[in-house]
Parts: sequence; C-alpha cells; structure tokens
Amino acid sequence: MDYALIWAALIAIAVFAYVALDGFDLGIAILFPAFPEEKHRDVMMNAVAPVWDGNETWLVLGGGGLLAVFPLAYSVLLPALYMPVIVMLLGLIFRGVAFEYRFKTRRAKFVWDVSFIVGSWAAAMSQGIMLGAILQGISVTGRQYSGGWFDWLTPFTIFCGLAVVVGYVLLGASWLIMKTHGEIQQRSYRYARIAAVILVLAIAAVSIYLPVVDETIAKRWFTFPASALFWSLPTLLAIVAVGLLRSLRKSQQGRPYLWSLGLFFIAFLGFSVSIFPYLVPHAITIWDAAAPENSLKFLLVGAAFLIPIIFAYTGYTYWVFRGKIDESSGYHD
Amino acid sequence: MLDSFDALSLARFQFAFTVAFHIIFPAFSIGLASFLAVTEALYLKTRNPVYQKMWRYWVKIFAVVFGMGVVSGLVMSYQFGTNWSVFSDKAGPVIGPLMGYEVLTAFFLEAGFLGVMLFGMNKVGERLHFFATIMVAIGTAISAFWILSVNSWMQTPAGWALNSDGQFIAKDWFAVIFNPSFPYRLMHMVVAAYLTTAMMIGAVGAWHLLRDSSSAVARKMFSMAMWMALIVAPIQAFIGDMHGLNTLEHQPAKVAAMEGHFKTEPGAPLYLFGWPNMETAEVDYSIAIPNGASLILTHSLDGEFAGLDQFPREQWPNVPLVFWSFRIMVAMGLLMILLGVISAWKRWRGRLYQSRFLHRFALLMAPSGFIAVISGWVVTEAGRQPWTIYGLLKTHESASPIAAEGVAGSLLAFIVVYFFVFGAGVFYIIRKMRQHPDDVHVPDYAVHKGIASEFLMNEE
Ligand code: HDD
Ligand code: HEM
Ligand code: HEM
Repeated sequence: MDYALIWAALIAIAVFAYVALDGFDLGIAILFPAFPEEKHRDVMMNAVAPVWDGNETWLVLGGGGLLAVFPLAYSVLLPALYMPVIVMLLGLIFRGVAFEYRFKTRRAKFVWDVSFIVGSWAAAMSQGIMLGAILQGISVTGRQYSGGWFDWLTPFTIFCGLAVVVGYVLLGASWLIMKTHGEIQQRSYRYARIAAVILVLAIAAVSIYLPVVDETIAKRWFTFPASALFWSLPTLLAIVAVGLLRSLRKSQQGRPYLWSLGLFFIAFLGFSVSIFPYLVPHAITIWDAAAPENSLKFLLVGAAFLIPIIFAYTGYTYWVFRGKIDESSGYHD
Repeated sequence: MLDSFDALSLARFQFAFTVAFHIIFPAFSIGLASFLAVTEALYLKTRNPVYQKMWRYWVKIFAVVFGMGVVSGLVMSYQFGTNWSVFSDKAGPVIGPLMGYEVLTAFFLEAGFLGVMLFGMNKVGERLHFFATIMVAIGTAISAFWILSVNSWMQTPAGWALNSDGQFIAKDWFAVIFNPSFPYRLMHMVVAAYLTTAMMIGAVGAWHLLRDSSSAVARKMFSMAMWMALIVAPIQAFIGDMHGLNTLEHQPAKVAAMEGHFKTEPGAPLYLFGWPNMETAEVDYSIAIPNGASLILTHSLDGEFAGLDQFPREQWPNVPLVFWSFRIMVAMGLLMILLGVISAWKRWRGRLYQSRFLHRFALLMAPSGFIAVISGWVVTEAGRQPWTIYGLLKTHESASPIAAEGVAGSLLAFIVVYFFVFGAGVFYIIRKMRQHPDDVHVPDYAVHKGIASEFLMNEE
C-alpha cells in the first residue's frame, strides 16, 4: 500500500477541515468592523465561542502531521514561510485570547475587539500568502530551504492573501446567516453576496494566471486525466456560484454555508491537482518527503481509529450548540 | 548562556522564552482541570452548594488559563519547523508521530469537550456536563504523557536507528515511548502541575481568609490545598530524588553540574550554596555538607560518582545556571513541605482557618509552583547542553538556515506580544481572584434544548 499517498490525502483533509471550520471563525471576526453595535458583536462572538478551539486544533494536526509524516517538507516549508508563519501565529494569539478577555472588561472591550479583528485579518492574510508562496515555488538545495528572506512576498502572493480574506468573509457571513436572525442575518446576506462574487472572480483569475506563468502546471492541466478535470472545473465553479447566489437570493438559512464550502472545495481541488505529486513544487514530492514507512504506519493505525471518533464528538459539540444564537444566549459570566 | 547574538543563540533564547511562557499555563491548567473534576464530583455526590460555588469560581479562571495555554502551545508546535528545521528533518520520523498522537488523543479531546464544559451546563444536564469536565481533565493528562515522552526521548534516546538520509527512525516504538527517563519525568511533571495548582488555590483561599475567616468557600479551598501540600509535596521530593538517580545513570554530566561536582573523588560534599567557577573548576564561596552528595547519589558516605573532569570541556553545560536553578527548585519543594507540615499542626490545634501566620505564608507561596517548574525545566534543558538529542545531535547542528535578523525580529515580536497579551490575562485572573468566593452567582440551570437561556453578563 502507498502509505505516503494515504497520508497526503489525510493531511489534505485536515487542512480542508481547518479551512472549512476556522474559516468561518476568522471570517466573522473580519466582518466585525461592519457591525459596530456592541450587542451584535456579542452575538457574533457567541456564535463561535464554544467551538473555535476545536476548529483551531485542525491546524495543529496539519502542522504536527506534516512533521510526523513529511518531515522533510515541514523542515523546508516552515523556514521558507518563516515570516508569514510567525505573523499567523501572533494573529491567532490575539484572536484566541479575545474570546476570553472581551467579556472580562467593559473599559478595555474595544482593545480586544481590535485584537480580534486584526488578529484574524493577519491570520487569514498570512494563510493566503503561504498558499500563494507554495504555488509560485520554493527554492531548495539538498535537504534545506535555500531562498531569500522575502521570497514569499510577491504581488501574486498578496493577491492570494486577499482572496483568502474574502473567502473567509464569505464563510463567516454564511455561518452568521445560519446561526442568527434579524438584522445580523439580513446584513450577512448582503456581505455574503459581495464576497461570493469577488471570490469567484479571484478563483478564475488564479486559474488562468497559473498555467500561463508556470509550464509544469500548464503541462499537468492540459494532459489527460487532469485535463478532463480542468475543463469541467469552470463548469463546476459556475454551477456552485449560481447555486450560492440563488440560495442567498431565496434567503435560505443553512444552504449558503454549504455552497460556500463547495467554492472552497473547488479551489482546494485546483490547488491540489496543480501541485500534485509535489509537496514543495518542482522540488520535493510526496514520496521524497515521506518519513520511513514504520513511522507512517505507526501513526496511521491511530489516525484510522481516532479520526472517526474525533468527528463523532466534534459533531456532538456542534449538535449541542445547534440553533440560533440571540442576544440573551451567551457567554458564561 | 548567550555567547554572541548569532542566529543559533537567538533561536535558543526564543525557544526558551516561548516554552517557559507556555509551561506556566499547562502547569496550572493540568492541575485545575483535575481539581474542577473532583469538585464537580463532590458536588454531585454531596449536593453541598459550597462545591458548586467553588466550581463556578475556578472555572472562569481555568477558561482564561486554558485559552492562554492553547495559543502559546500553537506557537510551540510550529517553532520546531521555523527555528529547528534540521532537527525536525532528522528527528521528525521519531518524535513527529508521538506529537501526532498528542493532537489526536489529547488536543481534540480537550477542545471538543471544553465548549460543553464552559457553556453547556444548561444544555446537556449534569451528568453529561460532568462527563465533559472529566474528558477535559483526561485530555490534559494525555497531553502531558505524549509531550513528556517526546522530551524524554530527546534526553535519553532509545529504540532508534539511522536511515540513509541521516534521519532517526524508530526500531522499537515501545522503547521510544517508554524511554529510560520518561516514567520519572512524567510523574515529576504531573505532580508538579498538581502542586503548582494547590499553591495557587491555597493562596487564594488564604487571601480571602485573611479578610473574612468565616467564608465557607475560602475555607474549603484552603483546606483542600493544605492537604495537597502535606501529602503530595513530600511525594514530589521522593520522585525528584529517584529522577535524579535516573539522570545520574543516563546523563552524568548534568548531575555533576547540578551538584557543582568538578572533580571525581570519593566522599563528595553536598554544596548548599556557592558559585561554581567554570574557569578554575572550583566552587567559590561554598557552604557544604561533607560527604553529602555521595550519600544522596550513591547512598554511601564515600561513594564515588563522575565529576565534570570526566567530560571534555566543550561538553560541559552552563554549570552555574544548572547548579542554581536546581537549588531554587529544591528550595521551593522544601518550602512546600514546610507549609504542609505547619498546616497539619494548625489543623490539629483547630486553628487552620484562624492562623494569620499560616495564611500569610500560604499567600507568599502563590508563585512557588511556577518558580519550581521553570527552574526545574532549566535544570533539565540547560543541563543537557550541548546536545539537542543527548549524545547524538548537537544543538548547533539542529537550527534552521535562517539569518540572525529574522530570528531576532520574530523574537522581539514574541517578547512584546507575550508580555502584552499574557500580562493582560494575568491581570484579569488576579482581578477575578479578588472576588469574594461566597458571592459567586450560581444561575438556575434548567435544561433547555435548542436556544440557550443563560444570560450574557459582563464581568466588570
Ligand atoms: C506537561 C505538560 C506540557 C508540556 C511540557 C508542553 N505542553 Fe503544550 N499543552 C499542554 C501540556 C504541555 C496542555 C495541558 O495540554 C495544554 C496547556 C493548556 C492547554 O490549554 O492545553 C497545551 C496546549 C498546547 C497546544 C494547543 C493545543 C490546542 O490547540 O488545544 C499545542 C499546539 C501545544 N501545547 C504544543 C506543545 C509543544 C510543541 C510543547 C513542547 C515544546 C509543549 N506543548 C509543551
Ligand atoms: C524537593 C525536592 C525535589 C527534587 C529532589 C527534585 C529533583 C529534580 C531533578 C533531579 C530534576 C532534573 C531531572 C533531569 O532532567 O534529569 C528535576 C526536574 C524538574 N523538577 Fe524537580 N525536584 C524537586 C522538587 C520539585 C518541585 C516542588 C517542582 C514543582 C512544583 C519540581 C518541578 C520540576 C520540573 C517541572 C522539572 C523538569 C522536568 C523534568 O525533567 O522532570 N521539582 N527535579
Ligand atoms: C515545558 C517546559 C520546558 C521548558 C521550560 C524548557 C526550557 C528550555 C530551555 C531553557 C532551553 C534552552 C536551553 C539552552 O539553550 O541552554 C530549551 C531548549 C530546547 N528544548 Fe526545552 N523546555 C521545555 C520543554 C521542552 C519540550 C517538551 C521539548 C520537546 C518536545 C523541548 C525541546 C527543546 C528543544 C528542541 C530546544 C532547543 C535546542 C536546545 O537548545 O537544546 N523542550 N528548552
């Protein structure tokens, strides 16, 4: 059995779970400036307070998993992305503590509102930049990163950063549509619509730009079997985009979030196919990076058994906190 | 410790700074999680409202501590890659899966049930809520299990082999996980977390007793904490002694540094104080008990154990740092034992809740656990230098190919952010602790499905 491939798929699932779940937490925080009223902000925060920690844990699994099963990729990617990684971690610190601190003070509440907003912005932006930096390629010599300090900073990576911010806004707004009613929900419909349009355009732009500048990616997309997927992706994208906009127009409650995930899934699929079988494009493949087989197997035994259990109790938590949040529901005092 | 501000020293300092900050929170949250589980169990069994108030009082502090632990821990798990990439590449196949198991068995468990524990009382009912509290407590203990296994493997590597890429691989997972120093380190650290928490709870109880010695909740906390000091602090000293003997077997240079033992000779003295001088290989200004160290480490008055002269000079750790950190930790342990003994005396005389001397002493001991934990880790980590993986991989061969400016920048950012963010957290915790524990508001929990009914309250 090809354990490296199985693990690549599992890491991909962890990353996607992270994006799908923490994406709406971060998106809600990025939307905070559009909701200046304190009572709205309280509700928005309570819509994620019981679950954000679990959502963030997928990021720990992504990082820890990479170290365990693809140590070479971990030890090349993290120095290459040093600055965005540090900024992301600092951003996540500010956003994480805001949950607890914000309700502990009245005088300094705005400080933690700002820390919630700026921390989430920084985290989302750096995640997008990292994504862009991986797509545009990383220089490697031997078993080490050999590029410069600012290689990750290009117009393309900034574009990807902004695209992820917009994408998280979409997830956040559609989560609010599902979890709230009244004014917050009404406004969220509008923000979701705007974010959806921008995100679709951004995905389209990246998919046209990448094959143009990168021969390997072009070759991959234009040879079978990826080419079949390539030609069907725009159609899929169009279908999901129309579905999302229609469900927003029809004021559906839960559907917009699912359609938004669909958009993310398509973008994620495009990303994966573009770099496959590389973990560090043009330099390190899944099999180059894989840890020895006994490490892969040892962790896989546990993962196969534990990940379903994790899904089960995570699902249970979401079920306990299902339903709409309103102003009277709330934070432990 | 820092010879020059090269990238390596900065990376080491950054790791030491961020992990020392991180460990403060786990040391407190591992202990508090168990304390909350016990308190909730006692409440469910006795229905005594004092336990319920105590639970509500400490759970809010726990929430803040836990949040700070999570965000500072996230930094740790990425720092292996950003600053120690060569180490990650080489040791990843061995330590990575252990940390992977930590995420899968501990972090998800804690995070998954934390929401129910903090917000779910009015949604799931008492039994399920108690279950959630227990899951969080178990999660913190499992997390300690795995991460200490990782650290212990770096101290006393076992069950490994090298592959053709120069990576460490596991030959025998059981030997890797249960490496020689792991059982001692795990016990010593978990007990350290319990003592740290007991000292904090005892100090908060004492503070309120000094103000109002009739407070029922403060009495209960104080009494529970003093029992812990009496029973567990001596156990910790015993475990520590065994831990030291284990270290003597596997890392003799570290023990020589702890004891300031430069020359191998029979009947080595036990230095109580002094300044180990690495130039002259003498302990200056020393006060010593003749033959003491031999007695403790070899259990015979004229036993002999290796001194630093047995090791090449470039394999010495920073002797004064290890020597002094060790004494600080042991001093804290002895003070805790003393506190426990005095409390037992006062309890026996029926003055546990009246003795102002005892309460002041307990109040002063509030930070003693944190001080002991950090100095203990400095002994462990500085004492293993110059190795990252003891005897196998040197620290200077472990670092990332990152320029000093980069590491310096991120280090500065961490220092500024940590002091600001965690300083604010400590401020909120202390403010919370000043609230009279009898005044805790216990909402009327009715189980509602669907919409929550607990009211949102600002705390100020
Ligand atoms: C003896 C215990 C202990 C030690 C030595 C460490 N930790 Fe820790 N860690 C915990 C005990 C703990 C915990 C009790 O499980 C925490 C602390 C508070 C908390 O919320 O969970 C935690 C949280 C925590 C988290 C956040 C988990 C989450 O998202 O829920 C991460 C990623 C790490 N740690 C990683 C590390 C790394 C990489 C360490 C080593 C350098 C480390 N910890 C040392
Ligand atoms: C009073 C008697 C004590 C003795 C004899 C003792 C002994 C030791 C020794 C020998 C080590 C170094 C282990 C090594 O790396 O080889 C150590 C480490 C440590 N100690 Fe202690 N200790 C004592 C009390 C305490 C107390 C009271 C605490 C905290 C509340 C504490 C917390 C720690 C921690 C956190 C470490 C580092 C982790 C580890 O290696 O276990 N110790 N101790
Ligand atoms: C949680 C309590 C801990 C504390 C307070 C602590 C403290 C320290 C200190 C002071 C150093 C610097 C030593 C020096 O350079 O002189 C260090 C280095 C290091 N520690 Fe720890 N440590 C802790 C836990 C851990 C754990 C659990 C691991 C591994 C899983 C770990 C891995 C490392 C590594 C990789 C370095 C850098 C390389 C080196 O200097 O050896 N530490 N730590």
